[in-house]
Amino acid sequence: MGLDRRNFMKALGLTGVTLAAGNSLKAAPVKGEEVEFFGVLYDSTRCVGCQTCEITCAETHGFPAPTDAPTAGVIRKTSENCRTVVNLFNTSKGEVYTKNQCMHCNEPACVAACLTQAMYKTKEGPVIWRGNKCMGCRYCMVSCPFDVPKFEYFSSNPRIIKCDMCYDRIKEGKIPACAENCPAEAITFGTRRDLIREARKRIHDQPDVYADFIYGEDEVGGTGELYVSPVPPIESGFKTTLLNESYPSLSKGFLYTVPSVFVLVPVFLLGIHEATKNNHHNEGDDNE
Amino acid sequence: MSNHAIPVAKDNDGKNIWKFLVSEFKPKGKIFTPFNIISAPIILLGIVLIVIRFWKGIGSVTNLTQEVPWGLWIGFDVVTGVAFAGGAYVITFMVYILNNRKYHSIVRVTVLNGFLAYVFYAGALLLDLGRPWNVVNPIIGNSFGTNSVLFLVAWHFLLYMLAELIEFSPAIAEWLGAKRARKILSGMTIAAVIFGITLSTLHQSGLGALFLMARDKIHPLWYSEFIPVMFLVSSIFAGLSMVIFEGSISSRVFSSQISEKHHGEHNNIVISLSRICAGAMLAYFFLNVLVFIHDRHWDLLNTPMGYWYLLEMIGFVLVPMMLFFYSYRRKSLNLIKVAAIITMLGVILNRLNVTVIGFKWEEAVRYVPSWMELVITLTVIFTEIWIFRWVVRRMPVLRDSPLWAKDEK
Repeated sequence: MGLDRRNFMKALGLTGVTLAAGNSLKAAPVKGEEVEFFGVLYDSTRCVGCQTCEITCAETHGFPAPTDAPTAGVIRKTSENCRTVVNLFNTSKGEVYTKNQCMHCNEPACVAACLTQAMYKTKEGPVIWRGNKCMGCRYCMVSCPFDVPKFEYFSSNPRIIKCDMCYDRIKEGKIPACAENCPAEAITFGTRRDLIREARKRIHDQPDVYADFIYGEDEVGGTGELYVSPVPPIESGFKTTLLNESYPSLSKGFLYTVPSVFVLVPVFLLGIHEATKNNHHNEGDDNE
Repeated sequence: MSNHAIPVAKDNDGKNIWKFLVSEFKPKGKIFTPFNIISAPIILLGIVLIVIRFWKGIGSVTNLTQEVPWGLWIGFDVVTGVAFAGGAYVITFMVYILNNRKYHSIVRVTVLNGFLAYVFYAGALLLDLGRPWNVVNPIIGNSFGTNSVLFLVAWHFLLYMLAELIEFSPAIAEWLGAKRARKILSGMTIAAVIFGITLSTLHQSGLGALFLMARDKIHPLWYSEFIPVMFLVSSIFAGLSMVIFEGSISSRVFSSQISEKHHGEHNNIVISLSRICAGAMLAYFFLNVLVFIHDRHWDLLNTPMGYWYLLEMIGFVLVPMMLFFYSYRRKSLNLIKVAAIITMLGVILNRLNVTVIGFKWEEAVRYVPSWMELVITLTVIFTEIWIFRWVVRRMPVLRDSPLWAKDEK
């Protein structure tokens, strides 16, 4: 997450606004302080598709309860009224459920996209949306590789709707509503490090039950939501074409050229201007 | 413009500035022109739709979806409109940086065009913002999203509008007869030009860089890490084609404004611009070929999207490029205009391919703009043209500066 500070310095050069210094530098993590993100491990082998997670999520966040059930061949999507859905897939190992919600990336594209820091990666790990900052440009939606953020198109005061890992509950010392209420214990809340260890253990202990992958360990540079499943990711509705590096790094190259352009181009232009000044005097019947 | 007010009152040869301004706000020229008859009802309808949009939400007038959150207003109004405004930085570069005085007579109109394009097309962004009251957040510094390309673009829009306003401000001062203000403002021109060109290179490319993180959503024939470079290079010929196109219309509509001398010059300017266009397009085409070969998308060519790509590259880049070269050799103004129009269509096509048509190309339900989005887009364009016409009829944009301004220096 050193990204913040470096990009900040660049932006400083490009805008020439020095007042921001206090604010943004504070936001950068203190060096040496290890950040331990929370995450959620979802185990497809345990999920029975009972939709308790969907129902408790809707209750907790004030959305209508789901009216449809997971059906094979139908991809249900999260929406501006629903932060998580469970889908059913017919796979080589029979029916497999997959839960869908915000992935809480380690380096989220939506956060890098947000020009007001409304999308925010908290130090606890959840990626949250802050309405008092958001200007509704929807660049987060364009950038998110998982198409997670949803927008209230039919509101004059629209919000971005997405899973926030029940950030308010986490701050109170509770765990996300879906993890707390899952009757099949398919949803485990914990630190990302512990969850990866747990996922490895399950795969190692029961190699014939689990396919050998943890979705989210490397995808898009690592996500807070981790998945284990009986079948390879392609069979149970995961995006498999995503990069294994963080998405903000895709625009990093461009952003890194900004300070050099900002310093060198004006100098270069001024140089040419001075060098060609004489042309002007020779032709000089113009007035300005 | 409040800073003009004081010198104006003194310098305006004793004329009462308020009376002057009031008289200037009255319409000049015919009211019932075909353009007015078409544009006025559309603008009125557009205003009604804009009210509905703020009242009932963006979804009530647009066809945007959760998967395609940016549609015509971003893809055409902002991304394409700003590319067409690129003429201002190219022309100011040639006139003030290369000191090539040949293009001097079109500087003002180009800068005015660029300025208004930014005000209106970047302003159209406000229509697209769900929570526009927070638009000041990235500016006032309580929440700088400095990692964001959009942050850079937003700042650049703002600063570039200022730079263009400064570049254009001597014309405003001449209109108001503010001699001292004019002197101060024209002294700032070169700084504004250098600043403006730097900003332009960054935000023209930045508009492309906006889509870098949408790697998996844009058709691979249009997505590459070179989108920013492509957008920058194409903004050169997009802007110049616009200059040629706008010039050919202005010289007819406002012919009474243009002096004999400038009329003659204009043809020469257009011919030289066509060569620059052709050169930039050659570079652009070559770049595209390099990227294509590098990405090895041969298999994609034989798909519907592949044909679409070939149509854009050959029909709307290669063909107008050769047309520009040919008409430059033949000194054929009409062919140049044709080439400019094809080029402009090609730029629209390219920007829409990246932002809308190639975006989520595999979705079962495609985004197609609603008629209301189109009407609002037309409203933005027509309003800009109205303002442009208002300014050209009053300020020395196409016509020569007043004598007192010429005598200075």
